[in-house]
Amino acid sequence: MTVHNLYIFDRNGACLHYSEWNRKKQAGISKQEEFKLMYGMLFSIRSFVSKMSPLDMREGFQCFQTSRYKLHFYETPTGLKFIMNTDLSVPNARETLHQIYSTLYVDYIVKNPLCSLGDPLQSDLFSARLDTFMKNLPYFNPRAA
Amino acid sequence: MSRQSNRTTDNKKMNSELFTLTYGALVTQLCKDYENDEEVNKQLDKMGYNIGVRLIEDFLARSSVGRCQDFRETADVIAKVAFKMYLGVTPSVTNWSPAGDEFSLVLESNPLVDFVELPDNHNVLIYSNLLCGVLRGALEMVQMAVDVRFAQDTLRGDNVTEIRMKFIKRIEENLPAGDE
Repeated sequence: MTVHNLYIFDRNGACLHYSEWNRKKQAGISKQEEFKLMYGMLFSIRSFVSKMSPLDMREGFQCFQTSRYKLHFYETPTGLKFIMNTDLSVPNARETLHQIYSTLYVDYIVKNPLCSLGDPLQSDLFSARLDTFMKNLPYFNPRAA
Repeated sequence: MSRQSNRTTDNKKMNSELFTLTYGALVTQLCKDYENDEEVNKQLDKMGYNIGVRLIEDFLARSSVGRCQDFRETADVIAKVAFKMYLGVTPSVTNWSPAGDEFSLVLESNPLVDFVELPDNHNVLIYSNLLCGVLRGALEMVQMAVDVRFAQDTLRGDNVTEIRMKFIKRIEENLPAGDE
């Protein structure tokens, strides 16, 4: 079990934060390109999912997986998007992503008047807390499985 | 993770008189800083707006409220959850327009005006105008453009405080320009 990386996007598609832990292979393009690609894909998949849904949709798109990794997606009603890539054995991570939002982003970014919302996050405190939070996740450690 | 357990104590009560007096000091200072009351109203709205765009995140993080299905649900959440959480009062939702796009929040008591009397030379001042800005800012962040204004105010001799809210439009999300 392990966590590969985490993206936070704002409602306009700007990448506010990116961090990675056990990522063995890079995309081979610049980070800016990668963020754009990721956001574009999420935007399309979200609208695809809501258009094709045969039932009234509440939560929408939550995750997808390939043969090697699983992408977890959580969006707040304000349009902030949290994306975490993990390996396949990690169960539904919505609760974790919600916690990153409610206990880390809101407390250290939104409530910090010096952090202007919509700019890439530069708070060291936030980064440090996020790192600790992620490393304490039961499925963070690759050897725990 | 220890942060999680602190959550409950985070909600500790603040002295409401201190809150009321702080707000009073803020309005008083604005009245000193600006020439006329219209300008003060505008500043209060602007400050409220800036509070609202951040407060909504705190609100969503603390309450487990998800996206509302329609404007009526939004009205209920504002009155029963948000006002209760931040001001400790529960306004009633009334006076729906026939089209369902406009309603009033009626407050029996407004905690902001507990010790306030408006002097005669401030009859244009909308003392609690900050609330309008907060509501406008918060709803804008959840893709709703609304118009918010005071329809009645106990400070002006009305029996109740009435905030009128009108739905203008949904703000659509667009793919950022320059992307294919």
